[in-house]
Amino acid sequence: MLQKTTYLSKRYGDPNGHTLAAYEQDGGYQQAKRALQMERSALIDDMKAANIRGRGGAGFPMGVKWSFMPWPPKPERPHYLVINADEGEPGTFKDRTIMEKNPHSVVEGCIIGCFGIGAHAAYIYVRDELHLSKARLWGAIEEAKKKGYLGKKPFGIDYPVEVYVHTGAGAYICGEETSLLNSLEGKRGEPRLKPPFPAQAGAFGMPSTVNNLETIAIVPTALAMGGDNFSKLSGLHHLKDGGARLFGVSGHVNNPGVFECAVGLTLRELIFDLGGGVKGGELLAVIPGGSSCPILRAEEIVKAPDPKSPLHPYDGKSVLDVPLGVDTFRSLGTMLGTCCAIVLSDMADPVLAFHNLMQFYRHESCGQCTPCREGSAWLFRILDRIVHGEAEMEELDRLSEIASNIMGNTICAFGEGTAMPALGFLLKFRRELEEFVRTKGKAGTRRLAL
Amino acid sequence: MRYGPTEHAMTFALTEERERAFQEILSRYPNKMAATIPVLHLCQEQHGWVSDEICEYVAKRLDLSAAHVKGVATFYSLFNKEPVGKHQVWVCRTLPCALAGADNVLKHCEKRLGVHAGETTKDGKVTLRTAECLASCGTGPMMQVDRDYHENLTLAQVDEILDRLTR
Repeated sequence: MLQKTTYLSKRYGDPNGHTLAAYEQDGGYQQAKRALQMERSALIDDMKAANIRGRGGAGFPMGVKWSFMPWPPKPERPHYLVINADEGEPGTFKDRTIMEKNPHSVVEGCIIGCFGIGAHAAYIYVRDELHLSKARLWGAIEEAKKKGYLGKKPFGIDYPVEVYVHTGAGAYICGEETSLLNSLEGKRGEPRLKPPFPAQAGAFGMPSTVNNLETIAIVPTALAMGGDNFSKLSGLHHLKDGGARLFGVSGHVNNPGVFECAVGLTLRELIFDLGGGVKGGELLAVIPGGSSCPILRAEEIVKAPDPKSPLHPYDGKSVLDVPLGVDTFRSLGTMLGTCCAIVLSDMADPVLAFHNLMQFYRHESCGQCTPCREGSAWLFRILDRIVHGEAEMEELDRLSEIASNIMGNTICAFGEGTAMPALGFLLKFRRELEEFVRTKGKAGTRRLAL
Repeated sequence: MRYGPTEHAMTFALTEERERAFQEILSRYPNKMAATIPVLHLCQEQHGWVSDEICEYVAKRLDLSAAHVKGVATFYSLFNKEPVGKHQVWVCRTLPCALAGADNVLKHCEKRLGVHAGETTKDGKVTLRTAECLASCGTGPMMQVDRDYHENLTLAQVDEILDRLTR
């Protein structure tokens, strides 16, 4: 279902679209003002009905997450809203567009979010490299403050809200929520054991909610439409996967970019209709939602004979025709992730792509848990040997063993994020890998770029 | 890193303007430790890299141990643990950029500058490094030069940028 929307991206083409004046032309900040006068329970119910599935990759329902916060807040245990804008998942470049081109939606979302979870302060954690994004967010915060939309009495209502931008310093792992909290507290960005979950003990040991930046940015839209109406925009409303979101496509397509559409878009529509089709050959494979999501081959067919499966309506069809949803893609054995697809044409060598990604995970493992620290490095070393024509065939099985031994044996999901794509490549490209090992790298196209 | 008492007086101090920024940073958080990363950035901006002396300075200003600050500084890849060139060039090498030709951009930079990734030119003007995904996947190949992103790069554009940096 290809249904373009412009709730977040309406002013993406306007050089002044990031300013308060532009944002207010479309009723900006009216929802924050309204929310601060609502009953908290009514706001939470509306957000639950909106079926906003977390846009950061895990796809957890946002309204439900808000409802986990202890209530009522105790004065000695202040609540915090933390926004995850540590965008660094390879293939993902959607949050950056919001920060640069529509930062006020984030600030307004933070006001509503703070009220919803009983917080008076929100920290937006932005990776340090994104200097323009940080400047635009700080600019938006300043503008909102001047207008009296933030501070001690936003809109004259007695509910103080402050929003701050906090920066990281170059660590992919800080996109993991507990690692992000440690980093926010001025520590090494090493993930924490859960429980306690952030809602019990998050930022500074206090009850906290961590939401992805796109998730919070769409909140004013959902509130303006009414949760249920917002959810019904989606082709997957029946699966509680509602609304509209940003889709990205990169790699071998003619028109890479970020597109806003109703949930329910298919990969075929993303790659061929929005992405302008495959560049330099035929479609070989696609990584659906950031590099941690197992890869799908173009010729794969959905097998879902069970009528209870969310995939059943697509039984027998191409995986490219399955709507991009949290539950549909989980059932496919991959993940929706951040909804930003990486496209590989048949001119690209999948073995080199595998090697490239494992280099990424080796570099970014925080080193706290042995299976991940050693495993990610070991995976890379073997792939490096394969790429240089030095590996034996039996080492392919060792890759599977190592990846399987990372799964489930680490504090955070980075372990799975490394192992799952590795197992995906091993499953889907076994023939190509064997061929590469046998011919000492002479098989295959031996390149990634066209 | 020294763990005993400091033998000589500390010479590093924030400029007046950065001292104001320091105070403003402190006001954002419920405790001083949370300011560690932003303050390290502030110091690196002034000094170019995070030396042991900087770690001690930050520790002192934030009532932390120097070991904590050093632990933080060494965890994050954007804190320079040694002096670097006047300009920083990062070429993104991760898959979406690699599919768009990042490898050529990197090789070209290495050839032009006469250094490998991770090294600084002899005249101290440019440090060349590879970066992992910089959230610019739809506009690859790309590189970050100091604070700016340069996207959809052609080799001619890379030449222009490097000319400017090495002039």
